[in-house]
Amino acid sequence: MNFTVDKNGFYGSFGGAYIPEMLFPNVEELKEKYLNIMHEESFIEEYNNLLKDYVGRPTPLYFAKRLSEHFKANIYLKREDLCHTGAHKINNTLGQILLAKRLGKRRIIAETGAGQHGVATATVCALLGFDCIVYMGEIDMERQKPNVERMKMLGAQVVPATSGSKTLKDATNEAIRDWINNPADTHYIIGSVVGPHPYPDMVARFQSIISKEIREQLKEKTGSENPDYVIACVGGGSNAAGAFYHYLNESNVKLVAVEAAGMGIDSGYSAATTFLGKPGVLHGSKTLLMQTEDGQIVEAHSISAGLDYPGIGPIHSHLFETGRAEFLAITDKEAFKSAVLLSKLEGIIPALESSHAIASLAKLNLKPSDTVVVNLSGRGDKDLMTYITRKEEFLKD
Amino acid sequence: MDTKIQLKNRLTTAFSENQKPLLNIYFTAGYPALDDTLPVLRALQKSGVDMVEIGMPFSDPLADGPVIQRSSEIALENGMTIKGLFQQIKDMRKEIHIPVLLMGYINPVLRYGVEKFCEDAAAVGVDGVIIPDLPVREYIEDYEEIFQRNNLSNIFLVTPHTSPERLKLIDEHATGFIYAVSTDSTTGNTKDIRQQEAYFSKLKTSGLKNPLMIGFNVRDKESFCFAADYANGAIIGSAFVKAITGSKNLEKDIDVFIRSIR
Ligand SMILES: Cc1ncc(COP(=O)(O)O)c(C=O)c1O
Repeated sequence: MNFTVDKNGFYGSFGGAYIPEMLFPNVEELKEKYLNIMHEESFIEEYNNLLKDYVGRPTPLYFAKRLSEHFKANIYLKREDLCHTGAHKINNTLGQILLAKRLGKRRIIAETGAGQHGVATATVCALLGFDCIVYMGEIDMERQKPNVERMKMLGAQVVPATSGSKTLKDATNEAIRDWINNPADTHYIIGSVVGPHPYPDMVARFQSIISKEIREQLKEKTGSENPDYVIACVGGGSNAAGAFYHYLNESNVKLVAVEAAGMGIDSGYSAATTFLGKPGVLHGSKTLLMQTEDGQIVEAHSISAGLDYPGIGPIHSHLFETGRAEFLAITDKEAFKSAVLLSKLEGIIPALESSHAIASLAKLNLKPSDTVVVNLSGRGDKDLMTYITRKEEFLKD
Repeated sequence: MDTKIQLKNRLTTAFSENQKPLLNIYFTAGYPALDDTLPVLRALQKSGVDMVEIGMPFSDPLADGPVIQRSSEIALENGMTIKGLFQQIKDMRKEIHIPVLLMGYINPVLRYGVEKFCEDAAAVGVDGVIIPDLPVREYIEDYEEIFQRNNLSNIFLVTPHTSPERLKLIDEHATGFIYAVSTDSTTGNTKDIRQQEAYFSKLKTSGLKNPLMIGFNVRDKESFCFAADYANGAIIGSAFVKAITGSKNLEKDIDVFIRSIR
């Protein structure tokens, strides 16, 4: 079984580049050049140096002793929350900005949901002195205010997306429209393993540093590179793609992808794409999408803005279809409680997105001998307002 | 290699029979009100439009600017669907003789089923389809045969940055006309198409086998005439949708708008 992209940009029946002709030259240029650039010695050196000195890599693989006792298994946390800017997103934005530099494009656009990708993009733009415009749903701007202010402080312009559901999906539409209108000088830094080929593959490669490090660190700690489980949350699926990447062909390693069930899979307020979605095309690729019978994309719901997307990257649709990964759905409430649990047991306040991955530990029938790696994709500072305002509601029983 | 496919439908005939610049108007199905699709179509024919594109609304129209986004949103709120559209236009050929194209995004068409979509479109008398996010390669490999079997033209877009080789490939597989996007933009932008003289001239002299229509940011008599100098005609979308937004008398407002163009 092949889990990487084929020459036409497909993972099995998912992926491709469903883009209007206006975007063809830009996407084609990326497709022609991304691998060559990523393999240039000078690129690798610059990227690795910045990952080390600026992002703070390698991030620790931490044996969570009290969490392990709680769930009766050997649980390691991959600490992407300790990356500069507080989430894994910067692994990708740093790679893409160095690529944009080599493409001669100095105007950068991005979409953002939780604001983490927007902050990570604004950060690397400041680092290189590039112009940065971030599209963000009006509703997300409201619920992730601190990140809006961070982006502005970093010199980015934040543009509200006011169409449709006013969240991540619409911010992505606006970013794509911007690229159509400004094809010559602009590079679009997509924030997850979504979008037209080669984006899903390119972003997965930049995030694959996560599993590269896990292998080395786990070998050092346990003598084996392979855990029994690797767990990650899935919005578009970039942190999961990165955590899974070097394990895709290790069939003994169980891959667990955790989606947001929102208020419940069948509540009408959910983002559990593999449970609710059908194949379709959005934002340039064929993938599983939450949609009506008539093919209109429906609004997703999750307490975590970063998982609030009605699709998943094509690689994950393929992992789902082939059964290579197991997909679970965690409700808002379960995620919220797990955030509190991790904070109390380990002194680590996780992002609400990552809390979905933590919550899945309770659903897995773990054995005491199991070695489990949870990708802790981000830290919880950005969610403090949510933790404050919804505490009563979620913790009362 | 001359593999050019010859279809014969109202669209291909329109180009062989007409010398004057053709006016093609885009409007969104189910807008302003759900049942306005056919009345708008009728009024357009009556005021002398040469062909129309009926937009099938989609929740995420990423090649469109605010005007068509908004009309799509309202049409969807009104309850417009592809199924509903075929129902509305099922008897149009009793009264409508101008070419009718359907324009929309690939996802609703995939959900409907491409083959069934083509069959149902042909059955109600549709002549062609424009799906901006259907890739050329996928059309050729998976759908060209279905389109031809149903005598449906597939309209490809080209832009100022479409390479000569790609233009040639598109010309080989085009049936009906080639849709030249005037500028690097979404629909209804304010970019001035008069800056595009070099691009239009190049298209005009590139020896295309297919007729050429220029669209995006064509909005009034001036821009229509400018575009028509380089092509077989031009396409007006956002400006027309704007003109019927809030209309109390569709037939009259449509007539006034079309007369303002020519
Ligand atoms: C901390 C964190 N984790 C996960 C995600 C979800 O993105 P992805 O599925 O691409 O990893 C986000 C997105 O904003 C995030 O901020």
